[in-house]
Amino acid sequence: MGIKFLEGIATSDLAFEVRGGSINEVFEGCALALSQSMANPSTLCESKRKVITLEGENAEELLFDWLSELVYLKDAERALFRRYRVDVKFRQGKYKLKAECLGCGINSRIELRNDVKAITLHKFRLWKEGDKWVARVIADL
Amino acid sequence: MAFKELKRVGEYEWEIAKDYKQGMNVPARIYGSEEIARQMDEGVYEQISNVAMLPGIQKRAMVMPDGHWGYGFPIGGVAAFDLNEGVISPGGIGFDINCGMRLMLTNLHYDEVKERIKPLVDELFRSVPAGVGGKGKLSLSRDEFNDVLMDGAKWCVNNGYGWEEDLESIEDRGRIEEADYEKVSEKAVSRGIRQIGTLGSGNHYLEIQTIHPEEIFDREIAEQFGIFPGQVAVMVHCGSRGLGHQVGTDYLKSFVRKMDDYNIKVPDRELASLPFNSEEGQDYYRAMAAAANMAFANRQLISHRIRESFSRVLGRSAEEMEIRLLYDVAHNIAKVEKYEIDGKKRKVLVHRKGATRSFPPGHEELAGLYRKTGQPVILGGSMETGSYLLVGAEGAMNESFGSTAHGSGRVMSRSKAKHEFRGETLKKDMEERGIYVKAVSMGGLAEEAGKAYKDINEVVKSIEGAGLSKRVVALRPVGNVKG
Repeated sequence: MGIKFLEGIATSDLAFEVRGGSINEVFEGCALALSQSMANPSTLCESKRKVITLEGENAEELLFDWLSELVYLKDAERALFRRYRVDVKFRQGKYKLKAECLGCGINSRIELRNDVKAITLHKFRLWKEGDKWVARVIADL
Repeated sequence: MAFKELKRVGEYEWEIAKDYKQGMNVPARIYGSEEIARQMDEGVYEQISNVAMLPGIQKRAMVMPDGHWGYGFPIGGVAAFDLNEGVISPGGIGFDINCGMRLMLTNLHYDEVKERIKPLVDELFRSVPAGVGGKGKLSLSRDEFNDVLMDGAKWCVNNGYGWEEDLESIEDRGRIEEADYEKVSEKAVSRGIRQIGTLGSGNHYLEIQTIHPEEIFDREIAEQFGIFPGQVAVMVHCGSRGLGHQVGTDYLKSFVRKMDDYNIKVPDRELASLPFNSEEGQDYYRAMAAAANMAFANRQLISHRIRESFSRVLGRSAEEMEIRLLYDVAHNIAKVEKYEIDGKKRKVLVHRKGATRSFPPGHEELAGLYRKTGQPVILGGSMETGSYLLVGAEGAMNESFGSTAHGSGRVMSRSKAKHEFRGETLKKDMEERGIYVKAVSMGGLAEEAGKAYKDINEVVKSIEGAGLSKRVVALRPVGNVKG
């Protein structure tokens, strides 16, 4: 899985592209890219475990909801995560996600970075390229 | 599209013709000197011509001189829509609903507090939580928070966090009456309920500033505002925090789903729009107004903390130091305002995303002194180069639906700025130049280096040249708190 932070798009915001061998890898990679932009992951501990379940009409919408949920938890539960295990399945006409997130509550030992406000739909895309999955995300900072 | 394809229609006005892209309903206009126009990134041209395609747009889609590539609308984007035929778009307001600027003045001279800037900044840093997931010191019940969403800055004043006179110096007196907390989701409430009185991060800041005698450009208005050379001022830049961000996210998603029902097509999903007079459009407008009230309350509570902090450090009361509010403006918002279009006065819905209202002297919505001087316009610059106070001018009513710039505008991406500058070095350099900075994140500080922004003087020259606003004074930073 590869994460590439993009320059020259949406000047004041965060843009990244993630490639992976599976849809699960890309969902995990996008979450890691988001985490890295909010805090230095090496300063996060793993004292908090959160299980998230979501469903969407399509895989792209599910990715948007997944990343938006992580942004929400940063404020509502003051939780930042450093490790993710994601399982996305297509069942009964819907895309379903179950994810295990490991991280901790915001505290003074964490090296904080940017307060991500939201995931935008500007140039937001999840697509298949050969046998790889690719996602492009722009987040409002 | 390249710069050379822009048509110059005035010294500070450039146009993208209506036939540039299929589906444009109106032309697009970029305000700025040639230097500013050349600096606009390509994304601005694409985004503003996309805005020109939205249903019911009036006259032209506009970009202010501090504009740059954003999401949906460009930052610095302004567009007005017919109330019946037109739309409302969350992407034309931004996720940080009612992000805005507030300027407070004191009767202190810089010379008397020069040696106390460091303890003042340290105390402000303690009193106003900043950074990722910042939690405020005020714990509100759900009912109290609903009152904040309905009453904005007035709630703060009623509860002892401000002076009654503060309300006279806030756009809409710090309360948008169309707000309805029932249109705000539980998720948005749980995200924002603990964040009142917090700064956030990115380009949000709290800054102690002073005024150099040679940078008072309009002595008469400066005097009417009670501004004097060497005066100490405090500027605040922040918005509606997680509550507004979640309102934006919730409604963006629901708007995308509903557009087909109204046969609305947009070239970028971030421009998702629905008729303003539809049930969904009205729901968003009321939720947006509630988020705007949260932002007014947020900046009001921060002002209260500023008064407390100055009092603690300098050992005098806020009243004694006359720490008063000059003005508070929103720069991410949509508002119903009246303009002359094709010879008739009509109400339209003006979207401002990174743009400030700029009502001229005599405008019916201004009261007291500001009716005489024009509305104060606060342009927040970079922490290195400083900011400007201007007033609204008549040109804004004819040209830009009463709008002007909001800051200096980024020219360098955050990641590039982080590669080019080091937070620690920047902090040291700024201290040597007499600007003491306290930041939550050194990486975040590097992203806000002065060189990552346009030259604010060129932005000010452009809005003044285009007749949108008029300079009063420049404000120079001496202490800065960053998220």
